[in-house]
Amino acid sequence: MAEGERLFVDVVAADRRVWEGEAISVIARTTEGDIGIMANHEPLLAVLVPCAAEILTADGKREVLAVDGGFISVADNRVSILSQYGRLAHEILVEEAERERRAAWKRMNEGDNTEATRQHFNRAHAQLAAAKKAQQAQAS
Amino acid sequence: MPASLRELRQRRKSVAATQKITRAMELIAASRIIKAQRAAQAGEPFITELIRAVSAVATYSRDPHPLTHGVPKVRRAAMLVITSDRGMNGAYSANAIKTAARLRERLEREGVEVVRYAVGRKGIAYMKFRKLAIRRSWEGFSDAPTFQHAEDIADALIDDFLRPYEEGGVDAIYGVYTRMNSMINQEVRARRLLPLEIVEGVHEPSEGELLPLYEFEPDPETVLDTLLPMYVRSRVWFYLLQSSASQLASQQRAMKSATDNAKQLIERLTREANQARQAEITQEISEIVGGASALADAAAQD
Repeated sequence: MAEGERLFVDVVAADRRVWEGEAISVIARTTEGDIGIMANHEPLLAVLVPCAAEILTADGKREVLAVDGGFISVADNRVSILSQYGRLAHEILVEEAERERRAAWKRMNEGDNTEATRQHFNRAHAQLAAAKKAQQAQAS
Repeated sequence: MPASLRELRQRRKSVAATQKITRAMELIAASRIIKAQRAAQAGEPFITELIRAVSAVATYSRDPHPLTHGVPKVRRAAMLVITSDRGMNGAYSANAIKTAARLRERLEREGVEVVRYAVGRKGIAYMKFRKLAIRRSWEGFSDAPTFQHAEDIADALIDDFLRPYEEGGVDAIYGVYTRMNSMINQEVRARRLLPLEIVEGVHEPSEGELLPLYEFEPDPETVLDTLLPMYVRSRVWFYLLQSSASQLASQQRAMKSATDNAKQLIERLTREANQARQAEITQEISEIVGGASALADAAAQD
């Protein structure tokens, strides 16, 4: 990678733009496993699984965000992450996410195996993971 | 012939009360339209990004996918019509219903059976009154939709789209919504959602041009499978947002002209009332004068 080259990252949820800016690298989890993207990555379109994605911003900070599926597209040093309910880690209310996860888990245990419930669980789970990751990042 | 003074005053009072209501509704619509417009703007990046991605896959993957290519002959089509839940917004719902009827006529001429999906109480009431079959309907959120609503609607549409024709599935999906061009200009549009009609923002690659070769993970088909439901959701979401903003805009306009009309009516009634009062007074005076002169004449004769 040539020195000083940057990625332009755009994270969008259905109802708003969650984050945009320059970054050095992006890490997210696709259906095939974790993927790291730096400048001059080949064009890519990948399906994401619910996870905590990480962006290493141009000013050296780390942004963690919860992704509930969706996909990532890369072309010409432009990365866009689309996730219907994407959120930044520091926007997540841990107690609320925990409560939502428990509620969804309970519904699943009671035999409710609909797509909506699974999505609900995955979303809450990803949010918790992101919050935890962000805390670790701060502590270290 | 001027009506009685009391009647005129009563009518003026009732018009003034109506004016207060329409004025209040105009102000409410004006304040909520800003919020609706902001929501419509906030939803735009998601839709733009999705369109970009969908067009990339649709252009660069050669495998035909049911969502992009569809069947050669459309036999049954779903028609989603977005109207409002309440009246008080001029011709907003009527226009959407009219456009939907035109679309249905056109489709039926082509031998396509149309299945109706209605959003908003006005549209539902219209179809129910005419005993037209509705497959699914949603109501209660026409002025402030959330993404959850869009998801419900889109998932129902995709379900029917993926079901085979023999089991009641549809081959195409059309949406009728009202696009908010500006505060004073809204336009009803009928668009085909699926199969993809036009891929916006992508120019046809010319001969010899190098296309960016996308890497698909895990494979193009899976990417499309996840992408297109999202695409439909975001489109429905876009329709709902545009329609809600248009609805509020036309409500504000309708209520403004109602308030203006009430104002004119009040002015006219006031004038008529004044005239009637003046006529009454004049008549009274002439009666008194007439009476007095009659008395004076009688006295002079004595």
